Amino acid sequence: MGLDFSVIPDYLDIVLWGALWTVAITVGAAIVSFFGGIVFAVIALYAHLIVRLPFRAFAFLFMGTPLLLQLFLIYFGLVQIGIDVPAFMAGVIGLGLHFAVYNSELLQTSILAVDKGQVEAARTLGLSRMQSLRKVVIPQAIRDVIPPIGNNMIALLKDSALVSVIGVSELTLSAQRAIGSSYRPFEFYVLVAVIYYIINIFMEAAQRRVERRIQASK
Amino acid sequence: MTDQKPFVDIRHAQKSFGALEVLKDINLQVQKGQIVAIIGPSGSGKSTLLRAINDLDPLTGGEIWLEDKQINKKLPHRQYEKHINLVRQEIGMVFQHFNLFPHLKVRENVTLAPKMLKGLSEAEANKLAEVQLEKVGMLERIDFYPSQLSGGQKQRVAIARALAMNPKVMLFDEATSALDPELVEEVNLVMKKLAEEHMTMIIVTHEMSFAESVCDRVLFMDQGVVVEEGPPDVIFRNPKNDRTKEFLRKHLAGQHP
Repeated sequence: MGLDFSVIPDYLDIVLWGALWTVAITVGAAIVSFFGGIVFAVIALYAHLIVRLPFRAFAFLFMGTPLLLQLFLIYFGLVQIGIDVPAFMAGVIGLGLHFAVYNSELLQTSILAVDKGQVEAARTLGLSRMQSLRKVVIPQAIRDVIPPIGNNMIALLKDSALVSVIGVSELTLSAQRAIGSSYRPFEFYVLVAVIYYIINIFMEAAQRRVERRIQASK
Repeated sequence: MTDQKPFVDIRHAQKSFGALEVLKDINLQVQKGQIVAIIGPSGSGKSTLLRAINDLDPLTGGEIWLEDKQINKKLPHRQYEKHINLVRQEIGMVFQHFNLFPHLKVRENVTLAPKMLKGLSEAEANKLAEVQLEKVGMLERIDFYPSQLSGGQKQRVAIARALAMNPKVMLFDEATSALDPELVEEVNLVMKKLAEEHMTMIIVTHEMSFAESVCDRVLFMDQGVVVEEGPPDVIFRNPKNDRTKEFLRKHLAGQHP
């Protein structure tokens, strides 16, 4: 049986809706992972031991276990203890926290690499520790990790396909559904691959824009 | 000289790192409007003393007072943080390596602290930045990033940033040591201007001719003690102590061939 791409238009709406959900999950999880990463980095570096130790266990859970398992735990597991998370939210939170832990690792290193004189100058003006961190150290640390965080975000986009296993009709699951009734796996997988690639191009373009803006202040 | 209560009063300042004593019972009284230079070889403790004044390097013994407030008073941690943050607003500091905030434009470098700590509006803070930058001759670079400035320009912005908090005293920690020789003068001129406005200043410096022309008093420190102090013409022209003589001989040999 040969290839027949002419079936695609009949299922295009399903696939495009799927693409839209993938973008929504990716953007949502990216936001969670960015701000979560900042909060986690500050906790890991500066919080009291009582906060820091449980946090380490939590970070280990997210770095040391499969993302798939984490999604199962959030979606199927939490409901048992009375926390019912809708599938889309479970996906955003799971992906978001998973990558927040990775972003936090990057940020911790770059926070420590900010010149000590920067904090001294801020403290000398009268800023508190937290104010210096917020206005002087963290903005500089973030500036330095934009490229690797961008790479994490592209990994996040690709891993968003895992959210299909908890029933979110994102791009990969939509393709499965289209294949289920058209029996055309190759055509739809290729189509979906192209769509992932296009989203990727947009993300890289966004990253380059951010980097260019930052370059001016270096 | 005067019976006035000192403006900055350092009493029996002592600091040690483990067994190493870097400041040994230092006493220094600075009157309002006075300009004091601290000179001495590297490792003499002069920067440590200066940095103790705003508690960047806390003393292990002794007291530091600014007017009627003790800077390094004993307080529980949280209260001390509040106290020291307020005290530091009144003490401007200029560093050897400028320490401008590279992610902020010149304008925001100057307005950051006044906006955060004194509740100035955007417009008020901008006005303030313009006034202070005008004073140091950097107004035309207000929308530049620090990376686009020369060392001398950076240091002038750093001075404007400190002045924007309207400090009672300014500390200069080798403000011109990191500059190329041709850029030193522009920073010295700004400091002279401050001196003419009777800003109280404590200056750690290697620039003997500058210290001589600007300062009211000079301290020579070596190995954690004040070896000799007095008016600049005495210290530079007619020092009594052998260590002072030796230091100046070596130092001036390099400067006036």
